[in-house]
Amino acid sequence: MVNYVIISTPENSYKTPMCLAIPACVEQLTAENHAIVNLGGIRKEISLALVEDIAPGDYVIVHVGFALQKLDQLEAKHTLAMFAEMSALYKGN
Amino acid sequence: MKYIDEFRDGDLAQKIAANIASEADPRRNYHLMEFCGGHTHAISRYGIVDLLPDNVHMIHGPGCPVCVLPVGRVENAIQLARIPGLILCSYGDMLRIPTANGMSLLRAKAQSADVRMVYSSADAVKIAQENPQHQVVFFAIGFETTTPPTAVAIKQAQALGLNNFTVFCNHVLTPSAISHILQSPEVRQLGLVPLDGFIGPAHVSTVIGSQPYEYFAEEFQKPVVIAGFEPLDVMQAILMLIRQINEGRAEVENEFTRAVLPTGNIKAQLLVAEVFELRRTFEWRGLGLVPYSALKIKSDYADFDAEQRFQIPVVSIADNKACECGAILRGVKQPQDCKIFGTACTPENPIGSCMVSSEGACAAYYSYGRFREKPHATMKEN
Repeated sequence: MVNYVIISTPENSYKTPMCLAIPACVEQLTAENHAIVNLGGIRKEISLALVEDIAPGDYVIVHVGFALQKLDQLEAKHTLAMFAEMSALYKGN
Repeated sequence: MKYIDEFRDGDLAQKIAANIASEADPRRNYHLMEFCGGHTHAISRYGIVDLLPDNVHMIHGPGCPVCVLPVGRVENAIQLARIPGLILCSYGDMLRIPTANGMSLLRAKAQSADVRMVYSSADAVKIAQENPQHQVVFFAIGFETTTPPTAVAIKQAQALGLNNFTVFCNHVLTPSAISHILQSPEVRQLGLVPLDGFIGPAHVSTVIGSQPYEYFAEEFQKPVVIAGFEPLDVMQAILMLIRQINEGRAEVENEFTRAVLPTGNIKAQLLVAEVFELRRTFEWRGLGLVPYSALKIKSDYADFDAEQRFQIPVVSIADNKACECGAILRGVKQPQDCKIFGTACTPENPIGSCMVSSEGACAAYYSYGRFREKPHATMKEN
């Protein structure tokens, strides 16, 4: 079963914005180039029409029901390492 | 959640803040504009301004799609929704934008217009499939992030042979808005919006890439750092901008390398190029008419263009006199400079569009109590 969630309603739309997409983990590819993603426990079916070469386990940036881009897990590591490096630098000061 | 929690680490944020404090030159001011409403939201939500030295000022840009849509286009959508038998589909944020006389799509719905909130453009196509006897119009808005999904919907409707699905296209472009702000008389002559650098949008850039910003960096000699939407991303981008400014550099740097490539998402760009073309001019709330700043549907896809199928007049409606949305969108004023902010105008009862969407500066300030921030020192000096 797929649990569909309404991300925003007119009443709460100012709290759950349209543009604030977050990375979601692809759990399963489904028919017609769709996939079920997991957003922190919430499962939702999205379209993969705008991306290529997506496999379960990949993270994608989801926006209005579409994956906009695959998240580069290696680059994410590099960015986090850069934060850590800078804080080490700060400690050295 | 993975790729979210790590980028919200409070200890690291304090350390980046300490770096910013030690590297920001106390003899000067830094005016940094975050173009995108997603960043405006993050800055308010995570209290980033509280972590910055007094001489680093965040100026909120016009990158909130709900905020910049002129009231006339919302009025057009309400008129469409009132056509008997027509189903108007829209993203949730649009339903609450007030037009003249306090009307909105939500109120039109209460008065029996068939207005449906959709999460995705694909949902609108599905509604058209399920209601062949009704005309279904998708009220399409947004920057480069929502445009490719609209293109997919149009292609899908064509593939399905739907003759009852059209799109009322209001898609706008980020680079032309940034150019317009940099070229506006307020920036050139009055010096009211002294901008030293830009935080480039996160998700818009996943689509268009980092290359389109190179023009600003070169032409206007302003550094641009593309950043993700998490608080550490924004902090790091601020630090990178301060470094560029201190070193006299004006380059495009990418902090959001985990999702933004120099060339962006080519597949999405090709789809957009196939379905849409530039409008000569388009009205933006707060910015007025901006040349080549929006898209319309190509004549090849005229069957899916609501502006071809229905009479949609050019309607110009002035903002509520008390509303400062225009000046706030240009970065000239802050939400608390508006007399009705938090009094007559609240997220529950918005007067201006900046209070409607969570990406709007007013809604972000109000929701997270940011109206208690110290006044904008340099703005007052000018």
